[in-house]
Amino acid sequence: MNVDQKQWHKIEMQEYQNLVDQIKPKPDILKNSIWAFMVGGLICGFAQVLVNYLLSAGMSRTDAGSAVSCIMIFLAAFFTGIGIYDELGKRAGAGSIVPITGFANAIVASAMEFKREGYIFGVGARIFSVAGPTLVFGFAVAVVAGLIKVFLST
Amino acid sequence: MPGFKKKGSQTVVFEKAPVITSWASIVGPKEGEGPWGKDFDRVLDDYMFGEDTWEKAEKKMLRESVKLTLDKRNLQVDDTEIILAGDLLNQTVSSNYAARELARPFLGLYGACSTMAEALLVGAMFIDGNFFNRLVSATCSHHYAASRQYRFPTEQGTQPTPSTQWTATAAGAVVLEWAGVGPRITAGTIGKVIDMGQSDVADMGSAMAPAAADTLKTHLNDLERFPDYYDLIITGDLARVGMAIAEQLFIKDGLMPRPNYSDCGVLLYDENQDVDAGGCGCGCSAAMLCGPLLKKMQNGEINKMLLIATGALMSPTMAFQGESIPGIAHAVAIEN
Repeated sequence: MNVDQKQWHKIEMQEYQNLVDQIKPKPDILKNSIWAFMVGGLICGFAQVLVNYLLSAGMSRTDAGSAVSCIMIFLAAFFTGIGIYDELGKRAGAGSIVPITGFANAIVASAMEFKREGYIFGVGARIFSVAGPTLVFGFAVAVVAGLIKVFLST
Repeated sequence: MPGFKKKGSQTVVFEKAPVITSWASIVGPKEGEGPWGKDFDRVLDDYMFGEDTWEKAEKKMLRESVKLTLDKRNLQVDDTEIILAGDLLNQTVSSNYAARELARPFLGLYGACSTMAEALLVGAMFIDGNFFNRLVSATCSHHYAASRQYRFPTEQGTQPTPSTQWTATAAGAVVLEWAGVGPRITAGTIGKVIDMGQSDVADMGSAMAPAAADTLKTHLNDLERFPDYYDLIITGDLARVGMAIAEQLFIKDGLMPRPNYSDCGVLLYDENQDVDAGGCGCGCSAAMLCGPLLKKMQNGEINKMLLIATGALMSPTMAFQGESIPGIAHAVAIEN
C-alpha cells in the first residue's frame, strides 16, 4: 500500500513536470546568443584595439596585456558603479559575464551591495561572495598545473 | 462544542464576519507606473524612502502603511490592539523593526508571499473569537532588499529567464474590526504545504501553482460552492507562467474559474515594464488588495472575492542543499 502511494506520488510529480515543461516559456536562445556574441565580441574587440595601440606605442606584448587587463577591469568597475553594467548583463548574458569585465562586475557589485554592513563584515567578508568559487578553483587548478610542470621538468 | 466554526477539512467560516474598515497601500516607483498606479494611496519617488538602506526603506513602508490605514479611519496607532505583520526578509526584520517603532502588541508572521492572506485569516479569527475588537494586518516587500537576499547583488549583470518574477516594492495594511462599514471576511481556507518537486529558483510560479489549485479545490469542496459563486477569484503572485499552469490544474480538477480568475502578479505590471513573468513578493497581493481590489469592492464592482495568496517557501540554503521548493496558499473570502 505504502509502496503504491509512493509510486503514485512519483507519477503525479512526473505528470506535473511534463505540464510545467509544456507551459514554461523557453529562453530565446538565438536572440540571447546573438546578444552574447555581439557584446562579448565588442568588449574583446575594444580590448584588442587598446593592445594594438599600446604595442604601436612601443610597449612589450606582456606589458600591453597587463595594462589592458587593468584598463578593462577599471572600466567594468566604473560602469558597475554607475549602474550600467547590470543593464548590459540583462541582455548580453554570457557575453558580458565571461570576459574579465564580468569578473570585475561580480566583485564590485558584491562590494557595493554589502558596504552597508560595514567594511569588515560587509565588504571584507562578502566581496568574493559571487567571484569566490572562480578564485578558489582557479587557484586549485593553478597549483595542480604548477605541480605537473615541476614533475615533468625534473 | 469544539471546532464548530470549522467546515470541511481546512476551512473556517466566521460567525460574525470581521469587517475591513480601512485599507492603505504604499508602492514603489515601478509599481506606480503600472496599470493601477492611481489606485494606490502613495507612490514613492525612489526606492530609498529617505532611508540609507533598502531594508530600512522596507521597514518604513510597512510602518507608514499601518499609520496610513489607521489615519484613513481617523484612528491613532494606539487604537489598534494588536498588529499582525510579516515580510520576506530573514528574521522578518521589516515587520519586527516597524513594530518596534509602532510600539503595539505584535505577532510576526511568515508565509513568504502568502503572508497577507495569513495575516487576514489570523486577524479575522482573533476578532471572531472575541479576543480583540480592532487590529491591523499588514505586509510588505522591497525589490532590492529581497533581491540581495534571495538572488544576486543588485548591480551584478545576470540574465533573467522568461519565468523570473520581479519582487514588488509595495506594502499594504488593513484595519479589521468586529463591526463597522466595509467588506467582510466571511471565510478562509488554511492551505497545506505542497511540493511537486520543482527546484528552479528562477521559477516560483511553477512551485506555487499546485498549492493554489489544492487550496481552491479544498475551499470550494469544504463550502460546497462552485467557482462562479465568486465575482473574482484572484491568486497572489503566480505571474504569467504560474497562472497558465494553475489554469490547467483547475481544469484538471473540474473547476473552471475563467473568466473571473486572475492573478495579482500578472495585473500589477504592464507587460512592457521588463518584469519577465510578472510580479511577486508579499507586497504584490497586499498592495493589489489594499489598492484597486478593495476599492472595486467598495464601489460595488466586485461583491464576492476569493483571494488566494500564494507563497513559495524558498530558502537559498535549502536550494543549495538540493531540496525542492515547497509552496503554500491560503484563501480568504471577502464579501460585501
